[in-house]
Amino acid sequence: MAYSEKAKSFYDDTLKNIRQDGLFKEERFIESPQAANIKVEFPLGAQQKQVLNFCANNYLGLSSHPEVVKAAHDGLDSRGYGMSSVRFICGTQDIHHELEDKLTKFLGTEDTILFPSCMEANAAIFEVMLDKEDAMISDRLVHASIVDGMRLSKAQLFNYKHNNMAHLEEKLQETQNCRFRLIITDGVFSMDGDLAKLDEICNLAEKYDAMVMVDDSHASGFIGKTGRGTHEHFNVMGRVDVITTTLGKALGGATGGCVSGRKGIVDLCRQRARPYLFSNTVPPVVVAASIKVIDLISDTTERRDKLERNTKYFREKMTKAGLDIKEGETPIVPVMLYNAKLAQDVARDMYTEGIYVIGFFFPVVAQGQARIRTQISADHEIEHIDKAVAAFTKVGAKYNILGKKRDEIIAMYGM
Amino acid sequence: MSEDIKKMIIDYIKKEYLEEDSGVTVNESTKLISSGIVDSFSMVSLKMFLEKKFSIKIPDDKATPEAFDSVNNIMNLLKEYTKS
Repeated sequence: MAYSEKAKSFYDDTLKNIRQDGLFKEERFIESPQAANIKVEFPLGAQQKQVLNFCANNYLGLSSHPEVVKAAHDGLDSRGYGMSSVRFICGTQDIHHELEDKLTKFLGTEDTILFPSCMEANAAIFEVMLDKEDAMISDRLVHASIVDGMRLSKAQLFNYKHNNMAHLEEKLQETQNCRFRLIITDGVFSMDGDLAKLDEICNLAEKYDAMVMVDDSHASGFIGKTGRGTHEHFNVMGRVDVITTTLGKALGGATGGCVSGRKGIVDLCRQRARPYLFSNTVPPVVVAASIKVIDLISDTTERRDKLERNTKYFREKMTKAGLDIKEGETPIVPVMLYNAKLAQDVARDMYTEGIYVIGFFFPVVAQGQARIRTQISADHEIEHIDKAVAAFTKVGAKYNILGKKRDEIIAMYGM
Repeated sequence: MSEDIKKMIIDYIKKEYLEEDSGVTVNESTKLISSGIVDSFSMVSLKMFLEKKFSIKIPDDKATPEAFDSVNNIMNLLKEYTKS
């Protein structure tokens, strides 16, 4: 069928409605490498502006690290640009195997399989592991890609209130008749920045004979004493059955993901995981750079330690300035504004002040939970953080939200 | 009878989706999906609960956010699939 007037007007109307609802996502054009300090053109055609980036997943500041970039060049020179194939046909190089081994060692698991992204790892894992006689028991705030992955599985779906262990236990009791149960959680929740109670989850899993799967995309490389992830933080290494994670955030920031965990599950992914079987291989340039990243963060915890110090400093300063931030210990620091328009207005004013942040609102977060999600990086220096706090203080004063909590902000601006 | 069913659904929603200290009240016309009490993900478990409780199968194309947006809407859905 042609792209008819009917189809055209339908798509145009949909876009118009998205704009009218204030939900239209506008891209800002970064005209420099990803870093703490970036050049941005926004809106299109506007004069380029130097701003501090406080909303990238570049937690360890490795996205443009000279040694990582050099490793990518070397990978390009020695192994080429693309594989033009999927893994099992002729898309596997020695360096793919090398990276899988390094990830296994780093994460402290039995085996690892690479995927083009963590989204695809999450799209694969549930269908491979579970069938209709099994149960998926998921925290209600897991990442959207996990939800999509669960939808592809025939297994029964149960969910428990966010981080509510009593509710999880109820679900485990409710599903006693299922063949296998898999408890599913993010390690660090991407919108709130809080940690899953992985020690309690593993205790419950053992009590009720269930398996545990964690998406550690917002943790791998920097959570835990040596950055292994939430399983290290909670001292449950070896008790988590499956970890999915990304190479696209702290671990270099390009793309790629993996499933890491029990050998039998990883082996089965190689036989049956659809994104593995039908999606092109992670490009050699990404693999070579990722190997360098794992080497860098295995040799020293310097960047992870700096990130921890930066996070603590930012959280303390923001609290002292009177911003309503979600308590926690991770570098995801949500500044709560509750009202979608307010979140957008504050983000726009912050950009004017030279700080790049983005407002998040429904449906990305629940209604009445609008916020600016700031993310701290090891690439930030103290003066960067001071400048961001000063900007938040200035903009916060403009909107009269300093020292105000949820009810007072909602009373002024609505939900 | 239908009042009992409404109460049962409301109790389930309160127990499953609301924290005890949330202060949110739920009645038969409370917006469930568009207010964020039940997100699209949790709607799957609500659908499963109804199917199990009433021994019915609600087709996926009928399980829309609109159909689940209030207890009243859910009652309409139940009427349709418990006819037989």
